[in-house]
Amino acid sequence: MAVFSLIIINKAGGLVYQREFQPGLRKLSTNDYLVLAGTFHGVHAITRSITPKLPLAPAAALATTPTTATTPSPNNVVSPSATSSTPTSSTASYSYPNPGVPATGLECLETDKFRLTCFQTLTGTKFLLFTDPLMANIEVVMKKIYELYADFVMKNPFYQLEMPVRCEAFDRNLQGWLRGRT
Amino acid sequence: MAQPARHAAMLSISNSGPNLPVAAAAADRQQPAQHIHTQSQSSQGLRVPSNRKTIYDRHLNRSRNAELSRASFAFLFAEMVTYAQRRVTGIQDLERRLNEQGYPLGLRLLDLLFYRTMSSSTSSALSSSSSTSSSPPNRPLRILPLLHLIHGPLWRLLFNRPADALEHSVSPETPNEYMITDNDPLVNTYISVPKEMSMLNCAAFVAGIIEGVCDGCGFEAKVTAHNQPTEMWPGRTIFLLRFGESVMEREKVLERAGVK
Repeated sequence: MAVFSLIIINKAGGLVYQREFQPGLRKLSTNDYLVLAGTFHGVHAITRSITPKLPLAPAAALATTPTTATTPSPNNVVSPSATSSTPTSSTASYSYPNPGVPATGLECLETDKFRLTCFQTLTGTKFLLFTDPLMANIEVVMKKIYELYADFVMKNPFYQLEMPVRCEAFDRNLQGWLRGRT
Repeated sequence: MAQPARHAAMLSISNSGPNLPVAAAAADRQQPAQHIHTQSQSSQGLRVPSNRKTIYDRHLNRSRNAELSRASFAFLFAEMVTYAQRRVTGIQDLERRLNEQGYPLGLRLLDLLFYRTMSSSTSSALSSSSSTSSSPPNRPLRILPLLHLIHGPLWRLLFNRPADALEHSVSPETPNEYMITDNDPLVNTYISVPKEMSMLNCAAFVAGIIEGVCDGCGFEAKVTAHNQPTEMWPGRTIFLLRFGESVMEREKVLERAGVK
């Protein structure tokens, strides 16, 4: 299954990494990639704030609401799925639909030709993965990419935080792993 | 019928042999450790053991088979590189600083290495009487035994595997040059050197350790680390050992005297 390309966006919305692994998508200019990263960052933030807040009713009512409310509407291209929240503190008077999971924004965007999956780390870095729409187990790929990023980018003394990623070992290992998978 | 009996006898020998004192020592050590633990819980803050036993009182072989987190080492080493990078004038200066960080480590590791090889050889000498003559000398006197000590035991102590190659310079002008190759140095696992510093090899730290070991043995040497990537091993590193004039002169004298 095809993994077309990977984009990494830093916590300020800047593009720090863009690499193509398999042909299948049209190439954009560097400037367009920068715009895509910045725009996605903004849209992601907005979709997160869209997440409905449910008034905090007595505990019994809260238990029944969540599951039905979260399912994203399938006819939308942009689906802010799995929007949810951390367990609310005692002072808050509302709760997100799916208690126990932190609120996330846009996670998945699908077209006929590709699927864009977004994974945001706890520190705010976003990984955007362009894959074949039929590809399964994207979480596994995403987890491995995050692991390689933590190893070969964050443990590299020459990498400056929030700056473009130019780590030869990261490229090499990422490409090697993806090639080994197909 | 005889087979299992002999096997059992051998087992019992090996159990009562060198293993037993170690186990007893370990049990001995366990007791005060627990004692310390309960003490430290009552008084929070800095852990001061009540029986005045510090890390220096522990047995040196205690950490012999202990394992260390690779990630924590990677972060520590990354910080060491960042630290060395401050106020440097160039790549050579940076490599010199990394080398200087490794040098004292090499001097100290040497003693630990000798201690461990000696203690293991004496315990094997106790269990089998024939090995007294073949037990290794305390300290290498010639270059080749020193290089084998670095290539084998030192590398195993540091990286848990021997180095990948040991070569002598083929050029007749530089008979004092030896090369030790490591295909994938542990210290460089997570490091990608930026293009503008492509000459840099952070294994200069390991070169410093080797230099410390050589100096500690009485072999004056300069050790440097060089990149030599291949298709298969992109991180291949060659440690170039250049022994000093005095060492080469002594080597000739020892060769004539027949010292090994």
